[in-house]
Amino acid sequence: MQQLLQDTLATAPLGVTILLSLVVILLHSFVKNSERAQAMVSVAGLAIAAAAAFWTFPMRGTAFSGMVMTGGYASAMSVLFIAGAALTILLARDYLGKIGADFGEFHILVLLAVTGMMAFASGLDLIVTFIGLEVMSVCLYVLAGMTRGRLEANEASLKYFLLGAFATGFFLYGIALIYGAAGTTNLAAIAQSASARAQDPLFLAGCGLLLVGFAFKVGAVPFHMWVPDVYEGAPSVVTGFMSTAAKASAFAAFMLVFIAKFDIAHGRISLALAMLSVASMVLGNVVAISQTSIKRMLAYSSIAHAGYMLIGLAAGTPAAISGVLFYLLSYLFTNIGAFGVVSIIENEKQENVSIESFAGLGTRRPLLGALMSLFLFSLVGLPPLSGFFGKYYIFYAAIAEGYTWLTIVGVLTSMISIYYYLRVVVVMYFRSDTDATAVPVTTLGTASLLLSAAGVLVFGFFPRLITDIADTLF
Amino acid sequence: MHHYVGLIVLFPLIGLIVNGLFGRHIRSERVVGWIGSLAVGIPFLVAAAILYGMLGSPVEERSNTVTLFTWIAAGSFQVNAAYQVDQLSILMTLIVTGVGFLIHVYSIGYMHGDRGFWRFFTYLNLFIFAMLNLVLADNYVLMFLGWEGVGLCSYLLIGFWYEKKFAGTSITWTGDAANKAFWVNRIGDFAFMLGMFLIFREFGSLTFSTVMDSASSLAPGNSTMFWITLLLFIGATGKSAQIPLFVWLPDAMAGPTPVSALIHAATMVTAGVYMVARNSLLYALAPDTMMIVAVIGALTAIVAASIGLAQNDIKKVLAYSTVSQLGYMFLALGVGAFTAGIFHVMTHAFFKACLFLGSGSVIHAMHEEQDIRKMGGLAPVMPKTYYTFLISSFAIAGFPPLSGFFSKDEILWSAFSQGSVLLWAVGALAALMTAFYMFRMVTLTFLGTPRWAKDKHPHESPPTMTIPLIVLAFLAVTGGFLGIPAALGGGNALHHWLHPVFERALDRLPTAHEYSHMTEYLFMLVSVVIGVSGFWFGRKIYLANPDADDTFAAKAGGVFRTLSRKYYIDEGYMRGIVNPLVATSDRFLSRVVDTALIDGFVNGLAKVTASFSGVLRLVQTGVVQSYASMIVVGLLLVLGLILLG
Amino acid sequence: MIESYIPIFLILAVAVVFGVVSANMSWLLGPQRPNRAKNSTYESGMEPVRTAHDRFSVKYYMVAVLFILFDIEVVFMYPWAVQYRNLGLYGFVEMVVFIGILLVGFVYVIKKGALQWD
Repeated sequence: MQQLLQDTLATAPLGVTILLSLVVILLHSFVKNSERAQAMVSVAGLAIAAAAAFWTFPMRGTAFSGMVMTGGYASAMSVLFIAGAALTILLARDYLGKIGADFGEFHILVLLAVTGMMAFASGLDLIVTFIGLEVMSVCLYVLAGMTRGRLEANEASLKYFLLGAFATGFFLYGIALIYGAAGTTNLAAIAQSASARAQDPLFLAGCGLLLVGFAFKVGAVPFHMWVPDVYEGAPSVVTGFMSTAAKASAFAAFMLVFIAKFDIAHGRISLALAMLSVASMVLGNVVAISQTSIKRMLAYSSIAHAGYMLIGLAAGTPAAISGVLFYLLSYLFTNIGAFGVVSIIENEKQENVSIESFAGLGTRRPLLGALMSLFLFSLVGLPPLSGFFGKYYIFYAAIAEGYTWLTIVGVLTSMISIYYYLRVVVVMYFRSDTDATAVPVTTLGTASLLLSAAGVLVFGFFPRLITDIADTLF
Repeated sequence: MHHYVGLIVLFPLIGLIVNGLFGRHIRSERVVGWIGSLAVGIPFLVAAAILYGMLGSPVEERSNTVTLFTWIAAGSFQVNAAYQVDQLSILMTLIVTGVGFLIHVYSIGYMHGDRGFWRFFTYLNLFIFAMLNLVLADNYVLMFLGWEGVGLCSYLLIGFWYEKKFAGTSITWTGDAANKAFWVNRIGDFAFMLGMFLIFREFGSLTFSTVMDSASSLAPGNSTMFWITLLLFIGATGKSAQIPLFVWLPDAMAGPTPVSALIHAATMVTAGVYMVARNSLLYALAPDTMMIVAVIGALTAIVAASIGLAQNDIKKVLAYSTVSQLGYMFLALGVGAFTAGIFHVMTHAFFKACLFLGSGSVIHAMHEEQDIRKMGGLAPVMPKTYYTFLISSFAIAGFPPLSGFFSKDEILWSAFSQGSVLLWAVGALAALMTAFYMFRMVTLTFLGTPRWAKDKHPHESPPTMTIPLIVLAFLAVTGGFLGIPAALGGGNALHHWLHPVFERALDRLPTAHEYSHMTEYLFMLVSVVIGVSGFWFGRKIYLANPDADDTFAAKAGGVFRTLSRKYYIDEGYMRGIVNPLVATSDRFLSRVVDTALIDGFVNGLAKVTASFSGVLRLVQTGVVQSYASMIVVGLLLVLGLILLG
Repeated sequence: MIESYIPIFLILAVAVVFGVVSANMSWLLGPQRPNRAKNSTYESGMEPVRTAHDRFSVKYYMVAVLFILFDIEVVFMYPWAVQYRNLGLYGFVEMVVFIGILLVGFVYVIKKGALQWD
């Protein structure tokens, strides 16, 4: 009993979030038209969950018979997901009303997705990892198709579900093979015998399948085909959430399973990771150039960013992991911000998301234009914005580990990326607005954009705030 | 005094925030303009005070570092937000803020009535902020931040008048010019970054003082030093518009004229020179790179000067002139005359800023006309502009005792005494061309009979514009006295001032030949003759016949066309690099690889699968099916890599 | 390792053989006098092949999906019930939490009216 209490307390962020989801479900069930209240309760509850995460941070260890990780890495990642969810809920407040999809289920699904992410990123047993993955994914499938009347959204949801289920199949099969080889699903136990099994084809095939499952979730080439369609079809705030928090949790779990536990940094798997990374960076950046829809462009850009982060995974040193963690945080603020601006620009039918519809935004709505430029420049990786340091730390670690060629590909492709990011800035500042559709002011939306921008700036000027913590996690 | 260096950087930041956030709501242009100007003027005073403090302290106490906070720390690697106040950086700071202040004041008059008045001053302050970070940084990372920042401002300001359209071939509106500048600069920046990585790998630090301390134990001719310095120099060729990356600068003239004066003549484009000078020790350790720098500098000087001979746009002439003068500076650096390079940075800032502002005044008076063939006879109408323009033209042509004479002569003399006769000859020929095209321009613009339409009423510009012109012209006359060579009985104050900065580098260079003062006088005389003859021919030919170009075109059509089309370099880049790249992205990667190849392959696979199994047909949902097949293909690749790799 | 799977493979083989054999036995042994009524899938007269574009009411799905959902959740209680004594209080609390979460879902379903037919 003592143990149960201890374990529950040590996993407080997860527990609080689950409880919060239940509270919001009940609130939604019993009080009609309480969407606004649900949003506020969700954000307040997330704040408590964040506090719980800070509180549990020093409690490093495992809970529930070694099934989940507590404190340290798990807490830090929880804070990340919570931040993403809170920003998303704030941004979505006015947006959902605008597109006619102000369902209370939105909050419930976001919160449940966060619980899934937390489990995913802290599972020390492949079964927990898998359950986390599924809880997160199922919520996202529904969120993607939330605007029921919109064909693109239906298509996105269905595609995401079908392909997601397909990839999950591989994931599960990988777990099964690893279990077959190692006789356990516990990561620590697998890790103990991992080096002995480095030549065991059954074990390696299991790792390969698992890797494919993760690669699908992070949207790495060639498992990226769903990304553009789903990102474009889903409502913008949901896309923002998917591309940041969900991607972050997939990366967090990826690193936990493959680097922290299997210790394969110098093995064959890191070669496969490097290949995926190169393919993602090249294809993502190059294809993004020819996109006309901003959401598709950001989708390809998101593929490219997954590629940069995979460099860190391929290097696999603590410094590289720390770099990836910083990158995830930076990308979270940047991309939620960018999709947030898109959500504000969009009209009720969510159809004017071409890059051209940003024409003259810089002079029409200076603040919005400046914020969008900030996010885009951070995505480019211009110093001193946080996006620069994300790349910097990863490249630095990769060079230290001898992956100079991979870094050169990274730098070269990020040069290509300037072209398409900058095109948006050009349209915003150097082109007069063609249609003068009024962009409605939303206080909550602007506030969360400002919060995101603050993140981009603060972590750019003071990256040590994060790296000092990130360095201690592994 | 050096502790106050933070203030220098703070004021432009304040100006930028105030104008950026509230500028839109400040009705009065005057207020916006003066906030912007003072945000640059006050730092000049602070810098002057610091300089005064440095003059009063012994030589070894003149270089100081002021740390604000620790910025990046990764493992053993640490970078501070810190400023290095030494003889070189304070000089650059004075140039940036001094000339910057004058140009800000000028802009109040020039930008009068512009819709984006506040935006303009915000960008200018942002530029000054970034530029000051560039010159004051005590490490490569902060310098790179400034380096990127000035590039960004340059980009924003080139495209400032985004409604403006041109009839050009590849550049049809200001946005194109801005993009071109950004792109070309990125190539340089990429090299700069690689150089930075190499430095870090080699020395384990990115702080100037640490790097230089460890470098001072190395012997010259180190191959790593060659690559580091070469990469850094490629970075400089982007920012400072040298061959082969100079193509962006002439097009950058699409921006407002004060921008051309401030960014694309006086300050930003000299960042590359400053950077090389800052790394003088590393360059001294790589004699091969020094040679490359000198040759590229000389080539740029002559190529750009020759293009300048056949340009008709007043700003284009000045732009090529700038490229050419920057070539001189690199020539100086390449032969090891670091002080001479920095000296020319300073004098060039004075006279070229004055020339650009003067051209702005002319364009203003002529109602946005920039073609010098359609001008003429403006001297009586706008005397202040004319005389300041004339003085600066004499300065750039190298007439003694104006500033350009001393700095250019020092460069040419160093090219001979520390380099070779060939370098000197190229430089001298370029100097002849410089004098010629300058007076071709002066003559066509201000002298002769008016060739403008009757309905135009040119007038002298307001005092906010003419006063900066006068101040700059004064500086263009006197600025050279800081560096009067010993042969002329001068103390060469600048040499002594900068000597501690370059001391270690100079120790590692082969000692120059000692020549008698007589030889030096002879070379000076040649310089003067060159300047005077350029002036005389330029004036005589074009005063007699403003359409002399047509005669040249008729007599030597091929040469003339080649010059006026800038050696077809733009066309070459377009055909050789840009078009293939775009085509590859669009046709090959997007359409062929992602659509045809992947989809086709996957569809083919799907067909094969389908023919095997009728059941799979039922779940085939078109595209999703091919996506899923793609996953399988990827899976096979990954498994292959892991199991067989 | 692989030996322990032998019983499973045996059962699989038996199942396959049994299926194939019994399906073909009747074809081998029985008299074959086909007529139209016999050849139809269901001799009861139900039409086996129709247009697929018919619409079902979403209510059928709702009930079916909810049934499966709660049905499967209940399955979890069987192993728990078998091991109840060994798991003790820890197991009891866990199951209470589990049922509690399930209950909230149930409340949501009822409040949303998913189980109302009209």
